[in-house]
Amino acid sequence: MLKILSMKKNQEAAAKKKPKTSAAQIRVQKDLTELDLPSTMETHFPDAADLLNFTLTIRPDEGMYKGGSFKFSFAINTNYPHDPPKVKCTQTIYHPNVDLEGNVCLNILREDWKPVLNLNSVMVGLQYLFLEPNADDPLNKEAAEDLRSRRDQFLQNVKNSMRGGSLKGRQYDNVLA
Amino acid sequence: MSSHESTEQNGSASHDWPDRYHHIDQVLDKPGPRTDPGFAPGAEVKTFLRDTCKILVIGAGGLGCEILANLALTGFKDIHVIDMDTIDISNLNRQFLFRPKDVGNPKAIVAADYIMKRVPGVVVTPYYGKIQDKDDDYYLQFNLVICGLDSVEARRWINATLVNLVDPENPESLKPLIDGGTEGFKGQSRVILPTVTSCYECSLDMLNKPTAFPICTIANTPRLPEHCIEWASVLEWPKVHGEKKMDTDDPEHIGWLYSVAAARAKEFKIEGVTWSLTQGVVKNIIPAIASTNAIIAASCCNEAFKIATSSAAYLNNYFMLIGTDGVYSFTFEHERRPECPVCGGESVDISISREWTVERLIEMLVEKQDIQIKKPSLSTPDKQIYLQAPPQLEAATRPNLEKKVSDLVPEGGEITITASSLPFSLSLKIQYR
Repeated sequence: MLKILSMKKNQEAAAKKKPKTSAAQIRVQKDLTELDLPSTMETHFPDAADLLNFTLTIRPDEGMYKGGSFKFSFAINTNYPHDPPKVKCTQTIYHPNVDLEGNVCLNILREDWKPVLNLNSVMVGLQYLFLEPNADDPLNKEAAEDLRSRRDQFLQNVKNSMRGGSLKGRQYDNVLA
Repeated sequence: MSSHESTEQNGSASHDWPDRYHHIDQVLDKPGPRTDPGFAPGAEVKTFLRDTCKILVIGAGGLGCEILANLALTGFKDIHVIDMDTIDISNLNRQFLFRPKDVGNPKAIVAADYIMKRVPGVVVTPYYGKIQDKDDDYYLQFNLVICGLDSVEARRWINATLVNLVDPENPESLKPLIDGGTEGFKGQSRVILPTVTSCYECSLDMLNKPTAFPICTIANTPRLPEHCIEWASVLEWPKVHGEKKMDTDDPEHIGWLYSVAAARAKEFKIEGVTWSLTQGVVKNIIPAIASTNAIIAASCCNEAFKIATSSAAYLNNYFMLIGTDGVYSFTFEHERRPECPVCGGESVDISISREWTVERLIEMLVEKQDIQIKKPSLSTPDKQIYLQAPPQLEAATRPNLEKKVSDLVPEGGEITITASSLPFSLSLKIQYR
């Protein structure tokens, strides 16, 4: 059998025992305690002992969605950061990149996720969707079409939906803080 | 060499017949020009390989079947195998230890029975279940571990477990890990000596990311059969079934996804949605080629043999095979990553008074010349001690500042510290004086 015994003696510095805290857990702790969020974003933990499940509230202070308070749920699994966090909007909102089930079209949540990204990047990415909604990657096709070709109508719809109004028979959640 | 011959007689199990290992003995009876100086040819090494060495095989699938057969035929006689899966009919094209009658039975048990029937004198001990079911004592009994897995998560788990197992006071606690993996015509095998060489986690960012499609493409402009299947599983399943979790091993669930995806494909005039593609996409099945498995498993088993016997230099430490553009292979030494969350980072032993509060400990960390951490956040493996942010968690953990460290962390316990000034984390091993 390979004599790692003698190899180890030459490497005593490397031979300190490591904690049993999982890599995912340490990484989430690091991500969360180093979040650098503007005053427009806030996290909330239903269970302060569970770092893997929480919500993020975004209150844009400019742009078309100004005045709204938008809530997202974050669920992180034990294979983080190999797997991205699962993020959903918990309200029914009128937004070209968020569908009525709360799915979010943000590239770094799926196809462009990399382990070097972190929770801060995801949160900043989400906020950006409210500052610059994007008609090219639609999840809500009607909203995207309105944004593209009837901008005034789109603005009107955003205002109306944020108050909890309905559009084309669909009721939206009141998100005015 | 008469003594060696007599030991060989004694050391041989009853099943061995003359010259059973004639070919293998060629490399075990005499050293070559580049064999390790520690290699002791002859009876001792053979006895170790055949009677003493205990090896664990993780995974009894495509790679696992090959690995088990190779190990048994090179003379390992005490083999353990873990697999949590049962045999599916689609496995039979390459997992050659299984027959149609075995479908539905546990892979580990069927594979073990087959090897024992086919290779006399070999004892294969199966465990049908998850690697996570087993504790440190279980893994400590082995000399070597070989993995033939298809899951990143399971690899990360066994890698972290074996790194944590290393006790500098006990050289036996260092278990070499040989990891094989294949994807189509590509594959890799590597030797990980926990805490000595780079570990699996060190190379995590080298992994190909799993194929994922933009969710807006899935929702609006599907072009591929995969887009339709993802539409069914990612968007329609939660819409229709709500909280009910999708079980990708449940044929009814796959059936539902298949019919929903097929309807969508018809609507968009896309061809190619089949039952097996549906299963493949939702279970993230990567194409498996029997011969690639054979190459990689052979490479892993040769390394296991060389490490167990010291009869030749072993792989240092990463072999990759790329068969997609001609045949290209490359062997290199993957270096340890100093900030690796599993094998890297620093560990510091500190000795503090039982009376110290958490706040006092944090002051010490901030002031101490050789540590100097700005704004440290502290946790143990099962709870948070003090987090600097976000505000809610800071408030929730603030009461701990007044508490005694000794009420929160046992003697010899570990505290994990993260801070923006640390590349990853620091672990403190706490002793009380």
